Amino acid sequence: MTIISADKAAMIAANRRRYEELKAAGQGASKPLPLPPPSDRALANRLESNSVLQRETIPGGWYTTFALKRGEALRLLNTSGTPGVSILMWNADDTSERYNAGDTVKVQWSAELRKGRVLFSDMGRVMFSIVEDSCGAHDTLAGGSTPDSNAHKYGDASLRNTRENLVLGAGKHGLARRDVGPVITFFAPVAVDAEGRFVWRNDIVKAGDFVDLRAEMNLLVAISNCPHPFAPDKAFAPGSIEVSRFRAPTAKSDDLCRNATAEARRAFENTDPLFTMGAST
Amino acid sequence: MNTIVYDHTIAANQSWSGTVKRGQRLRIVDLEGQQAVDTLFYAAHNFGERYSAQDTLRAQGAAYIGKGTQLISNEGKVMLTVVADTCGRHDTSAGACSCEANTVRFGHHTRYMHACRENFLVEVTKHGMSKRDIVANINFFMNVPVEPDGRLAIVDGISAPGSYVELIAEIDVLCVISNCPQINNPCNGFNPTPVQVTIFDAA
Repeated sequence: MTIISADKAAMIAANRRRYEELKAAGQGASKPLPLPPPSDRALANRLESNSVLQRETIPGGWYTTFALKRGEALRLLNTSGTPGVSILMWNADDTSERYNAGDTVKVQWSAELRKGRVLFSDMGRVMFSIVEDSCGAHDTLAGGSTPDSNAHKYGDASLRNTRENLVLGAGKHGLARRDVGPVITFFAPVAVDAEGRFVWRNDIVKAGDFVDLRAEMNLLVAISNCPHPFAPDKAFAPGSIEVSRFRAPTAKSDDLCRNATAEARRAFENTDPLFTMGAST
Repeated sequence: MNTIVYDHTIAANQSWSGTVKRGQRLRIVDLEGQQAVDTLFYAAHNFGERYSAQDTLRAQGAAYIGKGTQLISNEGKVMLTVVADTCGRHDTSAGACSCEANTVRFGHHTRYMHACRENFLVEVTKHGMSKRDIVANINFFMNVPVEPDGRLAIVDGISAPGSYVELIAEIDVLCVISNCPQINNPCNGFNPTPVQVTIFDAA
């Protein structure tokens, strides 16, 4: 048994007390808001055509990139019900800042991403807010497909895969392999069972599912349309998706995503100052 | 024979990096218990190839690191294998603490407290790398259960004094460690303590 001094014991007690106070505050006045149910799939038909700035169909297996300004949003419309669309994003004004999967799940106390949640950078800021989401079943733990995962699943390492798609997407903007880290895969109902094994929940993703992601900073986004490695498809036959960039007002003071948790509020407080004092707009 | 070729105690809150050659074993000992050890690995001869948390989890089909886990690189190569573990589950999904994320998690007043990504940045820049090279890490001795409904929380460390993990290197690797300084949650029992790294030559 390690003997600890009275001073150290006092320090430990003070640290624990501060944590208990924070925890109590988090469960009291600033209690997390209940999140709304998934968006109606029919909402996907109601995007005002005059707000759409760019629209593209990504064939199964392929990738593309989008540059978004704050004040714009990205719609991922899963027209074919394909099992998994992976994305990775960087701050367009400083690409060393990028999506951080660990902070996204840790800060929000949940690996379940859905309408009302936000996606974090490694700098304590919000990159995307999930402002609409008809699916609510996405994976940010297990990652996208790779040559190895395709060899294992389909017996063919040469098939198109998310890792190489994202390396290509990053590369088209002067970024390199080392800029490609953990990804988030939408339309991928991956859960963790009591033994810690990953399981795929069948019959969740439907054709017509969509996710709207509002950019909270200027972003470069790489999108890979390849099936999740745990998807039960036997043959490699991903369907196409439709991606739209559209005008979306910035988060007001009563915005759902901004106010869903005390943590989200603080992350917006870290993000908003990038766009004051004459910073890029 | 287990010849010790390197032995070092990483003081509380501090960082370390060192090379483990193919066939050598790296042992990390939680000397006083309940201490998270944030760890990254890079291929020693090509830092562009590095530990990939998502590749590792996908390849094993399970969410935690434990005995038998093969640590996979972003290029699909086995870098190390966990050959001994007296603790149990280790996290690789919750990342490392940072000054910036601390403000979001614990309040803006925690901005100027030491954090793991400060340690990582100091250490990787010694080897010519930058913030871009800091990827998702392993949190040895840190317990972050993911519930079937997706909830997760960092819970009290479960490692007892003297708990250790041992990994055998399958290629030459650079190991980078932050001995986690976090005192705002229970991952270090609110009291960061030293850990020991020992490298053994091939048995």
